[in-house]
Amino acid sequence: MTWDWEFAFEVFPDIISAIGITIGATVAAYFISLTLGLVLTLLRRSSFKPLSLLIAGVIEFIRMTPPLVQLFFVYFAFDMSPFVTGAIVLGVHYATYVSEVYRSGIEAVPSSQWEASKALNFSRAQTWQKVVLPQAIPPVIPMLGNYLIVLFKETPLLSGIYVLEMLAVAQQIGSDTYRFLEPVTIVGFLFLVLSYPSALFIRYLEKRSGKLPGSAEKGVKT
Amino acid sequence: MTEEAREETVETPGEDNANTIVSYKNVKKAFGDTVVLNDLNLNVNQGEKVALIGPSGSGKTTIIRMLMTLEQPTEGTIEVDGEMLWHKEVKGEFVPADEKHLRKVRGSIGMVFQQYNLFPHMTIMRNCTEAPVHVLGVDKNEAKARAQEMLDKVGLGDKVDQYPAQLSGGQQQRVAIARSLVMQPKVMLFDEVTAALDPELVGEVLEVLKDIASEGDTTMMIITHEMEFARDVADHVLFLDNGKIAEQGHPRNVLENPQSERLQSFLGRFIETN
Amino acid sequence: MFTNIGEFLPFILQGLTITVQAFLFGAALAYSIAIVAGLARTSKLAIVRVIATIFVELFRGTSLLVQMFFFAFVFPSLAPFTISTFLAGGLALGFNYGAYASEVVRGAVLAVPEGQKEAAISLNMSNFQRMRLVILPQAFRIMLPGIGNNSIELLKGTSLVYFISLADMTYRADILRGANTALSDQVEIYTYLLFTYFVIALPLVFLTRWLEKQASKGVSTA
Repeated sequence: MTWDWEFAFEVFPDIISAIGITIGATVAAYFISLTLGLVLTLLRRSSFKPLSLLIAGVIEFIRMTPPLVQLFFVYFAFDMSPFVTGAIVLGVHYATYVSEVYRSGIEAVPSSQWEASKALNFSRAQTWQKVVLPQAIPPVIPMLGNYLIVLFKETPLLSGIYVLEMLAVAQQIGSDTYRFLEPVTIVGFLFLVLSYPSALFIRYLEKRSGKLPGSAEKGVKT
Repeated sequence: MTEEAREETVETPGEDNANTIVSYKNVKKAFGDTVVLNDLNLNVNQGEKVALIGPSGSGKTTIIRMLMTLEQPTEGTIEVDGEMLWHKEVKGEFVPADEKHLRKVRGSIGMVFQQYNLFPHMTIMRNCTEAPVHVLGVDKNEAKARAQEMLDKVGLGDKVDQYPAQLSGGQQQRVAIARSLVMQPKVMLFDEVTAALDPELVGEVLEVLKDIASEGDTTMMIITHEMEFARDVADHVLFLDNGKIAEQGHPRNVLENPQSERLQSFLGRFIETN
Repeated sequence: MFTNIGEFLPFILQGLTITVQAFLFGAALAYSIAIVAGLARTSKLAIVRVIATIFVELFRGTSLLVQMFFFAFVFPSLAPFTISTFLAGGLALGFNYGAYASEVVRGAVLAVPEGQKEAAISLNMSNFQRMRLVILPQAFRIMLPGIGNNSIELLKGTSLVYFISLADMTYRADILRGANTALSDQVEIYTYLLFTYFVIALPLVFLTRWLEKQASKGVSTA
């Protein structure tokens, strides 16, 4: 089989029309990851031991099991649309990774900052809000941005629960026409042209801000 | 070489050229636009102990790093034991040396670093036998015997099975010296080998250096901030300033009777602190 | 609920062999590729670096599932020979995770202090000896935690072979779900599947923790 430009041009509009679903799912999942990730980080640092242990256990469980299986589980366990299911599952899965990023940022804030806040009689909430988080988050922004790209590349999984994102459309075309070459290659190409420049931009940010010590190991997908 | 440059060279005790083992000719080294060494001419004789002193950034480290082939000179040539270091002759013309040539010539040079640079994943014994076995092809048992001898010499013969991290800084540096000695280099380079040590550990390392120096055969080029030590050990002292040899000669002359204001103020700092 | 464990779990576990085989094949390929590509990216030769970089960016920039579709559906139509579905899945896993892991290898090699290389030069070791005796043994320790984490990701990634109809655990669970239409049964099936993945990931988790401890020993800090 050789590359058929005519066929490629014919199917391109169908595939690109699904890019809205792909990007929509990415952004929704990312929003969930960022907010839930922060909540998980704070809960895990709770001084109430049973709570922090429970959160740590839940995080481990989610991290150690495949997102695809989590998708199936939630899809059948809850009565939600495929798109919402997909956004929530990917969002929650990567919230556990994002929480690791927040943690590294928080741990990099010197303990003297806590002591100084205490000396100024800030409440715990005020210390988090006004002192610690404003110092902890800016250095990890590149790593947080990284997970936007990771999530983007995970969206093809959603085809497993019938979300019509780009790869699902390509597969549909493939099974209808018995030509997978053009549709699958186009999807790969679209992923590359969107993710690679973003990755370069993130690496540029990373270089500019200087790496946070000890943070690189845990974030596996970079 | 210009007549002028030759004049300068002749002033060093390397007059007897048959005895010269290391020779820098019109060497210049620049990193980008920054010139760290300018038109260096220097001869070192077989068995000579040369101390290099001078403020940081004066180019002294670059001099020995070029000899160890860690930095490439921008201009000029360096000869070791009659052979060009960074150039090799191909059909009567000198072309930049390749790795094969570098390996051939740097066998006669050894170096001890400021940060010791021991191999952390090897025992003390393996640190000292790895190169003899793999580079020189010495039999394993013979390499061990030789390493044991050198480790005994630096007073660490009982530490062979330990790892570098288990040793103090001074001990690690003595191992590094032994590791270099087992390769039996003709020229040994020492790059501020006591600068990273706690003050109370400096003495033990200097003692070892004095021992090696007193045995005579090995040519030594020593960068140091220990002026007393330089006076005791060196046959010849070079004062580097701004990428040039600003003053040189017998230690008594250079260290006790400095001519230039720069050297006077440089030495003054040491008198105050010691 | 949760009354059918005696029936469901053994059925799912029949897919364990494929899951483990895909993992082992993927890991063997991934880490071979990682070492070659990772070292190639630190090469002195520009052409070697460029080729390795293109390879790594290509497989990092597109999605694992897209790559799996490519090997399973597109590749057979291009190549004059056929490859088994297992091989297609294994190749995609190996190439994708190999590309990620090559970054771990590259980072580890670059993390070995320059002084180690200089000491090796001062002992007149050849390029090859420097690599084999001095740099790699230390880089290996540095890369262990990253490789451990990468392996957990790879294990999770094996679930994607479901999409190309390889009968792994996820695929077996899907068959089971098709045969049991009651929603509570379907949730039960995926609950078992999640826990099975978690249990087989645990040894990898402990291995990674242990590797992290090992990694801190025997590496130069200067």
